[in-house]
Amino acid sequence: MAQTNSPRGRAATLLIATRKGLWQLQSDASRRRWRLVGPQFLGHIVHHAVADPRDRKTMLAAARTGHLGPTVFRSTDRGRTWHEAKQPPAFREGSGRVVDHTFWLTPGHAAMPGVWYAGTSPQGLFRSEDSGATWRGVDGFNDHARRKAWCGGDQDGTPDGAKLHSVLIDPRDPHHMYIGMSGGGVFESSDGGADWRPLNRGVRADFLPDPDPEYGHDPHCVRLHPALPDRLYQQNHCGIYRLDRPAERWQDIGATMPKSVGDIGFPMVLHPRDPETLWVFPMDGSKVWPRVSPGGKPAVYRSVNGGKTWQRHATGLPSTQAWLTVKRQAMTADSGEPVGVFFGTTSGEVWGSRDEGRTWKCLAAHLPHIYAVEAV
Amino acid sequence: MRVLIPAPLRSYTADATSVSAEGRTLDELATDLDHRYPGLRFRIIDEQGQIRPHIRFFVNGAQKRDLAEPLAAADEVLIVCALSGG
Repeated sequence: MAQTNSPRGRAATLLIATRKGLWQLQSDASRRRWRLVGPQFLGHIVHHAVADPRDRKTMLAAARTGHLGPTVFRSTDRGRTWHEAKQPPAFREGSGRVVDHTFWLTPGHAAMPGVWYAGTSPQGLFRSEDSGATWRGVDGFNDHARRKAWCGGDQDGTPDGAKLHSVLIDPRDPHHMYIGMSGGGVFESSDGGADWRPLNRGVRADFLPDPDPEYGHDPHCVRLHPALPDRLYQQNHCGIYRLDRPAERWQDIGATMPKSVGDIGFPMVLHPRDPETLWVFPMDGSKVWPRVSPGGKPAVYRSVNGGKTWQRHATGLPSTQAWLTVKRQAMTADSGEPVGVFFGTTSGEVWGSRDEGRTWKCLAAHLPHIYAVEAV
Repeated sequence: MRVLIPAPLRSYTADATSVSAEGRTLDELATDLDHRYPGLRFRIIDEQGQIRPHIRFFVNGAQKRDLAEPLAAADEVLIVCALSGG
């Protein structure tokens, strides 16, 4: 999640990546009035658009079209103009693997300006050292001797392809990082990506023969708290979890969610300053996995105690026959006081809260299927 | 030779609908196109040297599926973006 600069009295900007292009939502200082700007890349499938918190002017957008192969676009003027990467993420010639799309973008460590990471589908990890102009594979992961055992083949995974996501950089150490894979689980590297190990104990994988395997899990979204980097959370296909390093076993914090709602969802957002506060957007994961708001009653759930208890927040959201799906990158928070929380739906709506999730207002509608929302 | 450019690729050719390029094979032609219009090749041919699933090449009106297909200087090549999307 891109950290933002939106303290009390400052405007907020959201980057909205959709199946048909890129939009921005820009607010006034009160965050009450919003203006939709766009589209850019009309017709392009934009999976993720992220601003660089290190220089406040670079933005990257991962895109492809229905016909054309994947690429990354770069802006150095806060999204006014864009240029294509000279060398987008691509697997090594001879590896037999082909990037279908770049799915996830993460700016690198604050001490390494210009470094970015990308996660792709099929699952691959890439790094840029020139603010996204050129990309190289992280061979320590892509060519790891155990990668196929961890993740399966490229033909495995969900119908739209397994994804490498949640690239997390420890703010204390640029060589310490985590990744999440929808087919494989959470993995950790302590040497800048040269070697990796699974970090999944305690997380259920109900769909596998072994309910507590070393790998093979389906984390949907993994977060590391910037103010407490030893604190990680994940929204998994099989629940909500928390990990306090140096512990190696995740704790189940979804068990206290209401049973009628469950603890399955895609996105998870952390409070920018308080490691105990987080938000999730549950989805119906029963039977054939509808992946919509349980019972047609959308709600955000917030915990202020690290997942011990959860509060339902739905004031302003539709109360019935509202079958919303929010994808893993489509929920974000700004750094305002109080924190603004925002989410985008696959039905093209953007909802926002100015009071840390207590009340909600629809900020934009009639957009295409939203893949990602990031606060700038 | 003359290469006809489909609409999705014209952002690379300054909106030109046809361009000139050279190559003894489709593969060489794609490389020459990339030299003239950087980035174009990777959008139609993947990193393993295969034509992408929704891209088709026609040489003098006949579809060709192999990038080793030989070309002559007077050939006309059509790049087509096949049905996809939604």
